[in-house]
Amino acid sequence: MVTMLTTLSAGRRARQIAEQVPDPELPMLTLADLGVLRGVEMTADGTVVASLTPTYSGCPAMAEMRADVAARLRAAGYARVEIRTVLDPPWTSDWITPAGRRKLAEHGIAPPGAAPRRAAGPVPLVLSPTRRTVPCPRCGSRDTEETSRFAATSCKALWRCRACREPFEYVKEI
Amino acid sequence: MSDDHVYMTLAEGHEDDARWAYGTGFEDPLHGVDTAVPEGLDRGRLAADCVALADDALVSAQRLAEWTTRAPELEEEVALANIGLDLLGQARLLYSRAGQADGTGRHEDAYAYFRDADDFRNVRLAELPNGDFAFSIVRLLVLSSWRLAQFEELASHPDPVLSAIAAKGVKELAYHRQYAAEWAVRLGDGTAESHRRMRHALEQIAPYVGELFTACDVRDTVVAVLRQVTEAAGLPMPVYRPRPGAGRDGEHTEHLAPLLAELQSVARAHPEAAW
Repeated sequence: MVTMLTTLSAGRRARQIAEQVPDPELPMLTLADLGVLRGVEMTADGTVVASLTPTYSGCPAMAEMRADVAARLRAAGYARVEIRTVLDPPWTSDWITPAGRRKLAEHGIAPPGAAPRRAAGPVPLVLSPTRRTVPCPRCGSRDTEETSRFAATSCKALWRCRACREPFEYVKEI
Repeated sequence: MSDDHVYMTLAEGHEDDARWAYGTGFEDPLHGVDTAVPEGLDRGRLAADCVALADDALVSAQRLAEWTTRAPELEEEVALANIGLDLLGQARLLYSRAGQADGTGRHEDAYAYFRDADDFRNVRLAELPNGDFAFSIVRLLVLSSWRLAQFEELASHPDPVLSAIAAKGVKELAYHRQYAAEWAVRLGDGTAESHRRMRHALEQIAPYVGELFTACDVRDTVVAVLRQVTEAAGLPMPVYRPRPGAGRDGEHTEHLAPLLAELQSVARAHPEAAW
């Protein structure tokens, strides 16, 4: 009984430690905020198993994330740490937490809207311009426009505000 | 942690020379994924399918990367590089899966750096030189539409790893196709010069479109997309004038070997090195 309780609380502590690891490319977010930390469990033999999912297939930060989570857990005294990669279901920007969205905006990055939902069958191609309102994270104006759907990292697009004239990044819906 | 220094937190505890996006000897991108291959699945066939899809992606990624410092505008350079990065990521996952499926346990580097042109199974359209921006856009439109249609079907493949790679790739490829389609309309319906170059590009791909559809049966989906885009762009549909040979059989144009020579040069000069 005592052992079980210890394992439970040790597991909870391990989860808290893993949840606080910053994302290597958006360090204002933790891996939990970004929704890439899919689970932290403690097995019967005391191994901490943390599961991560990549945002994009080519995300160059995955190895870094794995190393960071393992290093922090080891530093907190967990001798046996195992990091698993989870590919299914694929990451969606909908998994960014409300706290994560707030932190993005505070750092000048517009958070994503709801990811597109679609039924089974071919992905439709829309040739008319996508109407999307992205408020400027700096001045709040809704008079903004996309300058490039791709930006410094896979997960972001480039926008600019016509009111305050500042460019800003925007986390894409996916 | 102040707002100005949020990125400084990344430097903490990183005295090592951690590598991110280039070099050799990376950790397996399928690290910690359940790698069991379902009973009854033809492992050789699964490995061959993964290699072919990975080769398409790796060779395309290399061509897209060549646009860096050469694209008409910085935004397009960033876009093309990002698309290449997505494809490179797909290639890495697929090579790793191939090495598990065929039982050799080969690492992604073995496939990317230590095979010759004859061993590559990418379609020839992927390996053709970039040409002008119009050609690269037409090629990207065709290849991304084709790959997206394939990945949609592969998302229900009996191998759980391949199906997961495909389901993830669908989201990325939808962005790639959207980018190419918007440029195709802008250039096709643009100036007389941009229209002429788009028509020329459609002529240039004619010998290489047919082999896409012998490789897999998604012709109707792809044709529907191309019809929609070419109509909006005021361009003719691409015609097929098949040139003998097929990249899926290892028969390539003279352009693949030089591409690979550049891609593989450092890894082959220092085969034991990690950088």
